[in-house]
Amino acid sequence: MTMPPQSSVVVPAVTTSRLRKTFGSLVAVESLDLEIERGEVFGLLGPNGSGKTTTIRMLTGLMPPTSGEATVVGYDVRRESEAIRRNIGYMSQKFGLYSDLTVAENIRFYAGVYGLMGAEREGRMAELMEELGLAEREDQLAGTLSGGWKQRLALACATAHRPAMLFLDEPTAGVDPAARRRFWEIIYLLASKGTTILVTTHYMDEAERCQRLAFLSRGHLIGVGTGQQILEQFKMPSIEDVFIELQRRDEGAAA
Amino acid sequence: MTVIGRLRRASFWPMLRKEFIEMRRDRFTLAMLIGIPAIQLVLFGYAVQTDVRNVPTVVLDESRTSQSRRLVDMMANTRNFRVVGHAANREEVREAIERGDAAAAIIIPPEFVSDLKRGRGAQAQVIVDAADPLSSQAAISAATLAGVRSGAELSPRPVPTAAPAVEVRVRPWYNPEGRNSPYIVPGIIGILLTMTMVSITGAAIVRERERGTLEQLVVTPIGKTSLMLGKTIPFAVVGYLQVTVILMLGKLLFDVPMRGSLVLLYVLIAPFIIASLGMGLFISAVTKTQIQAMQLSFFFIMPNILLSGFIFPRSAMPEPAQWVGAALPLTYFLTVMRSVLLKGVEFADVWREALVLTGFAVLLVGLSVRKFSKTVE
Ligand SMILES: Nc1ncnc2c1ncn2[C@@H]1O[C@H](COP(=O)(O)OP(=O)(O)OP(=O)(O)O)[C@@H](O)[C@H]1O
Ligand SMILES: [Mg+2]
Repeated sequence: MTMPPQSSVVVPAVTTSRLRKTFGSLVAVESLDLEIERGEVFGLLGPNGSGKTTTIRMLTGLMPPTSGEATVVGYDVRRESEAIRRNIGYMSQKFGLYSDLTVAENIRFYAGVYGLMGAEREGRMAELMEELGLAEREDQLAGTLSGGWKQRLALACATAHRPAMLFLDEPTAGVDPAARRRFWEIIYLLASKGTTILVTTHYMDEAERCQRLAFLSRGHLIGVGTGQQILEQFKMPSIEDVFIELQRRDEGAAA
Repeated sequence: MTVIGRLRRASFWPMLRKEFIEMRRDRFTLAMLIGIPAIQLVLFGYAVQTDVRNVPTVVLDESRTSQSRRLVDMMANTRNFRVVGHAANREEVREAIERGDAAAAIIIPPEFVSDLKRGRGAQAQVIVDAADPLSSQAAISAATLAGVRSGAELSPRPVPTAAPAVEVRVRPWYNPEGRNSPYIVPGIIGILLTMTMVSITGAAIVRERERGTLEQLVVTPIGKTSLMLGKTIPFAVVGYLQVTVILMLGKLLFDVPMRGSLVLLYVLIAPFIIASLGMGLFISAVTKTQIQAMQLSFFFIMPNILLSGFIFPRSAMPEPAQWVGAALPLTYFLTVMRSVLLKGVEFADVWREALVLTGFAVLLVGLSVRKFSKTVE
């Protein structure tokens, strides 16, 4: 059930071709062509409103694209969204777990929704609690957790079914540096086990941790490659400079 | 996978469990859901108990005997009737009631005593202005009771038969359908279920949309049907609790007759609850915020209150209003409830309404499952 359709040929984790999304007259994502390899930690960067969340939502089957094509772990986003849902995990930009449920209850719920039952489910829960260090907060209501704990809980819920690919939309926004470092250790651990990861962030140190980066600006993809390639392309000394330059261009275009 | 296996694996179970946990943690809402019907009915009960005292009554005693005077005294002693005057003939009775000087009349015919002596079941008549359903109901029960009591006292010899020696015939005027409190209990059940099932369910899914938990939920493989079942079954349970609370209080406060089979009643409630949940789901599928959902459910509930026959008899409505009423599940539910609860009819007498309700249930649930989409937009 969790195997991609052509398991002998390794298909890319994500392919998009002229992917486009408009809201009325606003173009949120324009003609996006992108390819993410299996097992990659891929960073999606761009100023506010550049279309990162919209891209992720199209890839996770949450929003039908206006036009263009996309596949995720070998499945078509329009026709096979249920198959995609079984094979991916997603952490939304806004905390999306149940604040009236405890940490354990949230994880149990998501594990159950992903089809785990009985001893298998309890075993997986214990594993997640251990991996993410959530055991000490097991019975705390999710709504009363601080930022770092919330993110870890969300990651536990998103990975309950050991997905082939993870979409993390600003997973570390508003989280302190120590918690962010811990979070990235977990991400690397997952990647080392073969999980493909697409992550958006506004933190430059996190961008530098990604194997490849894509820059979005006003819905347009304006650069893809390793950090080094991006620096060469924009002739800038650091990713942060690239970012600020982009934002200035955006504001120039808006004015 | 076997059917049982499928059922056990269905993502509906975790959903159901989660909903019950959330409901249990949200004590306030739960208390409201169970408490409101209780409060409504108790308030209603007080209204009845204060209003029914001292119904202004005019007496037309055509018998003019000690027995007839005794009957009038006994009725007045119940303190439900307060004699405000005597009429010389039926015309004066009518005038007194129409002027509003009296809301009830006790009429004792000339043959009252002779019938009593012959043990034929003497008849007295009580006329109530039934336009006021509360006091008329009280007057009716008080009059009937006084009749039975006076029969035992006034009758010259013990009456062996079940027929009472004195029979007080009650004739409601102005409101031939005889709306009274037992009559209103099924109505309250219907309105309350409509409000809870439609507006609370409508808001429940939209709340997840607003809080952002729906976005996280719909990227999972959970089925639409599982999601909706899990979301609504707890409310169906609440609905049955509400019905039970109202029925029990109705029995305690108004002595609602409960002539029919309770099992039949509880079974027939199901299609109505499902139809109302379907309506709630539909509202949640077409709205984005809780405010919108509330407004839309209010928009749906208003015609239910006005046009279903809950307050005003449908027969007295202009035709277009009747058509609208015919498109509301509550209209059929009220018929079912009143028939089963008050008249004690069998399934054979209400199967048409039951069928219509089932139709509504299938239609509304089907429509909202279709309409609901596992996307954010
Ligand atoms: N549901 C929607 N309806 C209308 N416009 C939308 C919707 N979602 C996003 N947009 C618009 O599309 C553009 C891209 O938004 P998106 O959320 O994808 O940006 P983002 O890169 O994730 O930004 P941020 O860094 O602030 O999260 C923005 O202009 C936004 O206002
Ligand atoms: Mg975003």
